[in-house]
Amino acid sequence: MTFSTALEARFAKLLTSYPPGRQRSAVVPMLLYAQDEVGCVNQEVVEEVARRCGVPPLQVDEVIGYYSMLHRKPIGKFHVQVCTNIACQAVGGEELWEHACQSLNLKNKQVSPDGLISLEEVECIGACSWAPALQINYDFHHFVTSGDFDRLVTSLRDGSYGKKAS
Amino acid sequence: MAIKYNDPSPLEVRVISQRFQTPNSASIDTYLATEGYDGLKKAIAMTPEAIIDTLKASSLRGRGGAGFPTGMKWSFVPLNTGKPTYIICNSDESEPGTCKDRLLMEKDPHQMIEGMIIAGWTIKSAKGYIFIRGEYRYLIDIVDKALEEAYKKGFLGKNILGSGWDFDLYTHTGAGAYECGEESALLESLEGKRGIPRLKPPFPAVVGAFQCPTILNNCETFSSVPVIFRKGAEWYAGLGIPKSGGTRLTCVSGHVNKPGVYEIPLGFPLMKLINEVCGGMRGGKKLKAVIPGGSSSPVLTAAECVDLTLDFDALAKAKTMAGSGGIVVLNEDTDIVAVALRTIKFYAHESCGWCIPCREGTTWIKKIITRFHEGGGVPSDIDLIGELAANMLGRTFCPLGDAAAMPIGAFVAKFRDEFEAKLKQTRASKTPDLVAV
Repeated sequence: MTFSTALEARFAKLLTSYPPGRQRSAVVPMLLYAQDEVGCVNQEVVEEVARRCGVPPLQVDEVIGYYSMLHRKPIGKFHVQVCTNIACQAVGGEELWEHACQSLNLKNKQVSPDGLISLEEVECIGACSWAPALQINYDFHHFVTSGDFDRLVTSLRDGSYGKKAS
Repeated sequence: MAIKYNDPSPLEVRVISQRFQTPNSASIDTYLATEGYDGLKKAIAMTPEAIIDTLKASSLRGRGGAGFPTGMKWSFVPLNTGKPTYIICNSDESEPGTCKDRLLMEKDPHQMIEGMIIAGWTIKSAKGYIFIRGEYRYLIDIVDKALEEAYKKGFLGKNILGSGWDFDLYTHTGAGAYECGEESALLESLEGKRGIPRLKPPFPAVVGAFQCPTILNNCETFSSVPVIFRKGAEWYAGLGIPKSGGTRLTCVSGHVNKPGVYEIPLGFPLMKLINEVCGGMRGGKKLKAVIPGGSSSPVLTAAECVDLTLDFDALAKAKTMAGSGGIVVLNEDTDIVAVALRTIKFYAHESCGWCIPCREGTTWIKKIITRFHEGGGVPSDIDLIGELAANMLGRTFCPLGDAAAMPIGAFVAKFRDEFEAKLKQTRASKTPDLVAV
């Protein structure tokens, strides 16, 4: 299994970052970076990461269930993550989450039939002072109103997301 | 893409956030133009003992949550064991209510890096890692770029500043686990495993990363180190109060007019922060409660907030904690039962399941408060929630059990009337159904 040139370079650097014989350390970063490119950490990714880090596939497999961001099945091209933890809750995070579920017609961790959007209610993402907040893939969006949410979703659907100042 | 943050306040004392408003603040040119790496230049001429004495004199205390004196922590690392030593920066910021390390790395990564290099020089470490939570993926690129710049200028790599000492720094990412903010769980994760905490002692200072002596501090703690060497320990200590030197970033969220990350000296009055720095309560509502140090800190009632200052000892005296500096301000309309429910949902989700009091305790409290909040509560639930919380305290491997138990215990003890009112309210609303049956 090969990845893009940029990711191969990142992996090569990663494997030299750790002390000799400690390449297992690269497992979690490698899984996350591979997921970013492949869309999930499927069995092929597990075996490839295991091979590169010099550990049995089981040692890679066992960490996946522990980390919330690692997904065994494909998530949407745009993974919408709405925070409802206490700081966001105080200023409408739960209402924003309800709005997201209704307007996307998705429940927690579901993917839209076209594979474009997946939705997840997440724990604190570190945007508490600028709440309510959400992340689309790794992009942060602060002070999000339901109107902002609808505009973001429209831009995801018409392909204009990230191409203009939002 | 421009991300919106809060504006600064004129009441802040901007020391570690001094470059936040500068254009290209993350670049090494900006950093060098504003005395960047001058702290390292001073520290590299000092002995390890002198560096640790300087840190002790500065009264810098860990900004991650526990508030342990940094100089003391560094002094625990045994030298000359023949083993390599490591420097680990905990940038796994995930305590609900906290969003400061994100800004420190986005706006001023070199400051954190410089602090880590000073730590590395102190124990003659050869390698260090910056553990950044997976959700902060964009920061990996920013910090990697900063590291590259530091290598080019000779602050990292071989023979740093002509000292003959070599030091390498790398970024490392988590993948979504609150637990990995606990130092021993972080070290497990760094070794490519599930983030299950280790039995302590031995502490990481003695047996840390890769079973070797390790200095492990929070991102804000490392970021506070350079200025101490640049401007002196007395100057830094003088910003705060005795035993709690300097400034810290507070992350104010909730029902204030101007929520935001603000840098204030240790010992700053809480009500001044709310009323003056943050522009008072939103919509002129009354204050009901404050969660003063991230979601694991026991809640304070409005009455307890009067005259309270924000420093480790004052908050400990008030039977809560300064924690991570995440301050959630709640107004009179807040449903405390709902806040308690959201809090325990979080800890139940994040409990790693390694030890039973935490795994079972968080799950059962979540079940009971869920039922309670939905109107199915019974009067004995209120005491049961408190008892379950008390049974977790001090009985778990790592502080996650305590982190769940402390706030829940305080919600029930201090806002018992709200739990009772919820009981009456739901019973009243159920009466017609019962009559119909």
